[in-house]
Amino acid sequence: MLRVNATFLRWTARPLEAVVGRRLVDLLTPGGRIFHETHYAPMLRMQGSVHEIAVDLRCGDGSRLSVLLNATLTRDEHGAEREVLVAVFDATERRRYEQQLLRAHDEARAAEARAMTLARTLQQTLVPPVPPRVRGLTLAATYRPSGDGSQVGGDFYDVFPTGPDEQVVVLGDVSGKGVDAAVVTSLVRNTVRALAVLHHRPSSLLAELNDIVGFHETDRFCTVVILRMRREPDGAWRVVVAAGGHPPPLLLRPGSAPVEVDVNGPLVGILSDQEYTETELRLAPGEVLVLYTDGVTEARREGELFGEERLRATVGRLGAADVPGLVDGLRDEVVTYQDGVTHDDIAIVAVSAAPDDEPGPDLETG
Amino acid sequence: MDILARNNVTVRGPEGAQPMVFAHGFGCDQSMWRHVAPGFADRYRVVTFDFVGGGGSDPAAYDADKYASLDGYRQDVLDVVRALDLRDVVLVGHSVAAMVGAMATIAEPDRFASLVMVGPSARYIDDEGYVGGFAREDIDELLESLASNYLGWSAAMAPAIVGNPDRPELGHELTEAFCRMDPDVARRFAEATFLSDNREDLPRVPVPTLVLQCREDVIAPMEVGEYVAEQVPDSTFVALEATGHCPQLSSPELTSDAIGAWLEGRVAA
Repeated sequence: MLRVNATFLRWTARPLEAVVGRRLVDLLTPGGRIFHETHYAPMLRMQGSVHEIAVDLRCGDGSRLSVLLNATLTRDEHGAEREVLVAVFDATERRRYEQQLLRAHDEARAAEARAMTLARTLQQTLVPPVPPRVRGLTLAATYRPSGDGSQVGGDFYDVFPTGPDEQVVVLGDVSGKGVDAAVVTSLVRNTVRALAVLHHRPSSLLAELNDIVGFHETDRFCTVVILRMRREPDGAWRVVVAAGGHPPPLLLRPGSAPVEVDVNGPLVGILSDQEYTETELRLAPGEVLVLYTDGVTEARREGELFGEERLRATVGRLGAADVPGLVDGLRDEVVTYQDGVTHDDIAIVAVSAAPDDEPGPDLETG
Repeated sequence: MDILARNNVTVRGPEGAQPMVFAHGFGCDQSMWRHVAPGFADRYRVVTFDFVGGGGSDPAAYDADKYASLDGYRQDVLDVVRALDLRDVVLVGHSVAAMVGAMATIAEPDRFASLVMVGPSARYIDDEGYVGGFAREDIDELLESLASNYLGWSAAMAPAIVGNPDRPELGHELTEAFCRMDPDVARRFAEATFLSDNREDLPRVPVPTLVLQCREDVIAPMEVGEYVAEQVPDSTFVALEATGHCPQLSSPELTSDAIGAWLEGRVAA
């Protein structure tokens, strides 16, 4: 330092002789010195000036002064470095404010991460952690949240036993996203379990579910498809299907194109006293029922829907032989169709009567 | 992946000449070598590049895990050398890149002929029986300083740098990216650099090595450079009459002369 003004001496609480003759970098804190050498000095040399470099000065009384430095490098007529003019600004207030901003920024990030964890954790409670294993039934399921998974989606599914060789499979979609949708999703999922004890018929289960969701204080509604399955002595399953506002399941029989199960009913949770119908079918070994949410058919690519036709073609192509492969393949197809950026969550469940000779695990689902 | 685009690789000098690769340290990018590297392009195949995360490198190639340690940066050096299929390489590394360069020569000794370490430090933090020059708290303070300085940078610095009428010779493409780094990238690079300990690598450096030391270098003081030179088996220590941590900027002629003289065998080992 060749010359400094009185203000600089006052700010740094140093006598003139303790400053002149020393380098600016000597007055910096160790961290500031590194920054000086790795950023400030190279930039000054290359650009001829630097603006608003934030460093702390070590003062004669042991305290620190946060400052901003503007510096200009002057050169003689031959281009040789002559001197550096430095303007020092007291940045105490500003630094404090910046630190608050940085802290707020860090906290916001942490909060975001917590919200993401919360959403994922909550979501995990809405679908079984792993597809349940049921004797005589091959079952595969997938769930993929929309976007980056930061919001809880409304899709859910569940599989649970109601007696020996009796299972209920339910898949649905609560309108909206986020916490209040999750509340309704949880309500619906648990209510279906409770009602399955009282109502043998899926259609009457849906009618009561409709009233319960309708009375709930939120204005959410949902679509649901429900299967009540009973295993027959020959290994086939007798399936009763009911649906409320939900895309009908696809039935895939080996050697023929997939067909929609002819079943539908009103949305669940909008109007009270609705009636639901049901359809009964026999699922022989090797045949597959595919349940899905509208995240599949309403996936868009440049405005064009994935659609039912593409769905049937994909399911037909993937075939009934490999049920997990069918579910994963369909999901991947839908995700790829949207170039990996999904705008709605996707849930797919496929069930198939396991062949007689397959030694099914003898555990019940929970 | 196109390594040459990823690392913004520039190649100058006669084809077939001995390759000379310049690696920049923490803080800036290959423009740090702008006063030194071109001077070798009459007789060397001169290669400069940006480490991923800095300068004109491809931001999409940045991987937080990979570049959390110096190994990721070593890989960049090796990737560039392999992409150009260079052999008999003179590797010149500044600051942390001196140590990254040492790691590269250890990893693939067959590709390198010699190593020039400008302002190296094997460890920045003091340890028992070792003076690095910094305490752990100092590094935390640097990280804070980085956060504070990068706060306004991403938006504010670019126009300030580009619109610099006093130094029109600064290339637009250089200045635009110069010293700019994503704050998270800078922080991770700073942690990888200043928390590193490469003392055990030094005895394993397999090539003749020049250690260039500045006077009054607050980042890598004299004893730190001397330590490096003592530990590297085939090394030459040269103290430059230059101040600061970046002699290639403060005294480019001295720096070039010292490197050139050593390469041409004018300095006895």
